[in-house]
Amino acid sequence: MRLVVDLNRCQGYAQCAFLAPDVFTMHGDEALMYDPGPDDAQREHVLRAAEACPVKAITVEAADAAASAQARAGASYAA
Amino acid sequence: MPLDGSLQRLRREGHIVVVGASLAGLRAAETLREEGFSGTLTMIGDEPQEPYDRPPLSKQVLLGKVPADHTALPRRRAIDAQWRLGTAATGLDLHAKRVHLSDGSSVEYDRLLITTGVRARPWPNELEADLDGVFVLRTVDDATRLHHRLKAGPRRVLVIGAGFTGSEIASACREQQLPVTVAERGAAPLVGALGAVVGEVAAELQREHGVDLRCGVQVTGLEGDQAGRLRCAHLSDGSTVEADIAVVSLGATRNTEWLAGSGLGAGPRGIACDAGCRAFDVRGIVTDDVFVAGDVARSPHPLFGYQFLSLEHWGNAVAQAEVAAHNMINSSADRRPHVWTPSFWSAQFGVNIKSVGVPPMGEEIIVTQGSLSDRRFTAVYGYRGRVIAAVTFDQAKWLDFYQRQIEQAAPFPPPYPSVDRRPDGMRPVPAGFPDPSLPSHGPTVTLSGHSPADRRVSFTPMRA
Amino acid sequence: MTSVALLHRITDYANRADPYPLYAELRKTPVVQDEAGPYVVSTYWEIKELLHDPRISSDARNLSPDAPRGPAQEEDPNLPPTFLRLDPPEHDRLRGLANRPFGPPHTPRRVHDMRSELGEIVSGLIDGFRDREGGDGIDLVDTFAYPFPVTVICRLLGVPREDEAHFHQWADTIAASLDPVSAEDREARAETTRQARSDLALYLAGLIEERRKSPRDDMLSAMAAGHGPDGQLSPVEMISTAALLLIAGHETTVNLITNGMLTLLRNPDVLKRLRDDPDLAVPLVEELLRYEPPVQLLPQRTTLTDIEIGGTVIPKGASLWLVLASGNRDPQRFPDPDRFIPNRPDNQHLGLGSGIHSCFGAPLARLEAQLALTELVRRLDNPRLLEDPPVYRQNAVLRGPRHLNIAFDGLK
Repeated sequence: MRLVVDLNRCQGYAQCAFLAPDVFTMHGDEALMYDPGPDDAQREHVLRAAEACPVKAITVEAADAAASAQARAGASYAA
Repeated sequence: MPLDGSLQRLRREGHIVVVGASLAGLRAAETLREEGFSGTLTMIGDEPQEPYDRPPLSKQVLLGKVPADHTALPRRRAIDAQWRLGTAATGLDLHAKRVHLSDGSSVEYDRLLITTGVRARPWPNELEADLDGVFVLRTVDDATRLHHRLKAGPRRVLVIGAGFTGSEIASACREQQLPVTVAERGAAPLVGALGAVVGEVAAELQREHGVDLRCGVQVTGLEGDQAGRLRCAHLSDGSTVEADIAVVSLGATRNTEWLAGSGLGAGPRGIACDAGCRAFDVRGIVTDDVFVAGDVARSPHPLFGYQFLSLEHWGNAVAQAEVAAHNMINSSADRRPHVWTPSFWSAQFGVNIKSVGVPPMGEEIIVTQGSLSDRRFTAVYGYRGRVIAAVTFDQAKWLDFYQRQIEQAAPFPPPYPSVDRRPDGMRPVPAGFPDPSLPSHGPTVTLSGHSPADRRVSFTPMRA
Repeated sequence: MTSVALLHRITDYANRADPYPLYAELRKTPVVQDEAGPYVVSTYWEIKELLHDPRISSDARNLSPDAPRGPAQEEDPNLPPTFLRLDPPEHDRLRGLANRPFGPPHTPRRVHDMRSELGEIVSGLIDGFRDREGGDGIDLVDTFAYPFPVTVICRLLGVPREDEAHFHQWADTIAASLDPVSAEDREARAETTRQARSDLALYLAGLIEERRKSPRDDMLSAMAAGHGPDGQLSPVEMISTAALLLIAGHETTVNLITNGMLTLLRNPDVLKRLRDDPDLAVPLVEELLRYEPPVQLLPQRTTLTDIEIGGTVIPKGASLWLVLASGNRDPQRFPDPDRFIPNRPDNQHLGLGSGIHSCFGAPLARLEAQLALTELVRRLDNPRLLEDPPVYRQNAVLRGPRHLNIAFDGLK
């Protein structure tokens, strides 16, 4: 999957590094480093991290994010 | 507002060409589709890769934490474009509305967006630049090659130029325990971007992390062995640095050569455009069908005396691309100005450095929070009695406040107390920027006067 | 402008079940001075601005002598103030040291690795409902929403769960003291609070000593042992920090979970969506933090200088109340703010604060709430409220139901 962090927005709250530590890591107190192309197995953690970002700085590829949203919509229609 | 017939036709079946398939080009394309453009969209890029993100190249990728091919940019939506990747634009015919390409073909446009960005300034001596072991770092290929060489364990890495990229490279090397020498012409690292006061903090940071930092020197020559491999570098102070890798980090050159003779107001400092991202021609007349965004653009900014501003900033590329795309398919009354406040970040030696505004305009600086010696502080730059910029080291959560101060042209020095004000932050001191008329690789924001034609290569900034 | 008895209306128990109409009224004047002194800020952008404004202090020593003392401005005089009530650089130092054994960069996996443990605790507590199936129902607070985060914070810190009976009472008493009440009431209960604080401190001091001698894999052990390049917490700082985390772990997540279940039971369509799609829990908890934030307002800020905001000049040394829950319902920021939209886009709520004092335990609270709500709706068959509105706790700051009585037909 693909993602990018707008580091102008990022203020170092580190929520992503708590919730998806294999994708986002803090370098010192505030600098964020991340894998922009993590394995699909990280999807759940990445979406959790993106949602928890207090400044909404994490953009996940629309198709990757939609996979989960579609499943969501599909499930509710199916029910 | 109802669209007139020609605009409706443009939106429905027009042809928009984007030259430059990186961050700005991609975000513009997405915005065009988002706003209902359903015509033909052609994306032209000289690199073979689909759009990717560059900031990780000098950090995660060099550290080997992320493979270089992991940096492809996420798509915010499908853009349904015709891609012409690996094909450079070589010329522009404003009359025929046609872009010429390196493969001999050409494409016509109804609207053109230029987002060709910048490239790394190469080592000026071509023979020396060709030595094995001499690198620049701008593209994913550069990063891949450099990472492989770093992994092989060189004896010593020489970084030429201690701007942001050079400093980040040095940081990545030290984190991998590689011996590093940094040679910087200025008095300190980052001096062109942040001035000597903050530059001194950056210098301490580098030395503390084991960088052999040499300031006030120039690399006068690179020397190879008989096999054509870099062996050492000669410095202007007479010393020699034995190194098998040299990374040339002397800033960037704008990709405007392909526009020479086109009649567009393009030159070494970029392509001049108005606040609505419309390009100027050489006569200073604004065009109606050619737009510019990203690092290659220079546009007037109301906060900074309407001087033309060139920004090598990630966030500017995104914001300007969105404005340009919007304006390309809207009538003049619905157009928006691009009035983004310059913002920048860098991560090096475990410190998060962020800035807002235009630090190089600053005459004086005052530390309003924290202290320089803790490497954890907020400093504010003043210009003619008002706040013009701010920089934080590991204090990003306060930066929004200072951005508002800049946008409101708040008085400098700040007349109010703040939390964590230290004794050394009671009085402003000279910010210590080098003479701006000297060529510098440092600043990421460049003020380039009031002339849209950009005929002058040198310029006089307002504060000189 | 000055408003009569504004604070009184906020703390008035009659408004506890639904304070939102009062907040809407408040927002007509973004900054308003109560007759008792404090300036109350109720609109999103103004609150957000102040939370990032370095001219605002969290340190009560910066209050002007004649400003009214807020509730939280009285702490145990024998202990140093916690980072909650300090400004940088002391705030940054103490919070940084507290974070060392908790989160990145030093301990990046602590919370992430607790996920399966959290799941087991939740399963165990819900299994315990079994003998109540189809009966008179359960009080979700006592059987689940309280014991879950308490168990988690105890394990995290290394506090024996068996001692819960002791510190439950202390934590409750101390949390109640954070509630803004009249000066007379405060005086009346001051002695009890002092006693609770001192008992808790003594208890923690003993525990920290124990962990120093025989360390385990928990935060108290790490704090007791820790000596990084940034120094370490002094013994009294350790006690006050541990007390802060323990109380915060007790008194906030319980409300988030309870408010969450209450909101789901009031919105059966959303409950059904969550049951069908557990991933919805992630954005849903963010919306919950906006819609029913467990910390309704921050009553302990003050101004270091005169500050003009929202058309009002707040004088230096004034007491400031930032009503987060009101900012979260500000129509200038959130379209349709009174609707609970579980996948609301661009949800930059104030539910966990913002700026340097934003919630320390946020990632843990998020995971706990996501997991708790997902499992409750998955396992409870036909859950329903037995009373609405439920009985609320007295506290206006840490607002939430004291009991949430629900019935269900069976357990999955």
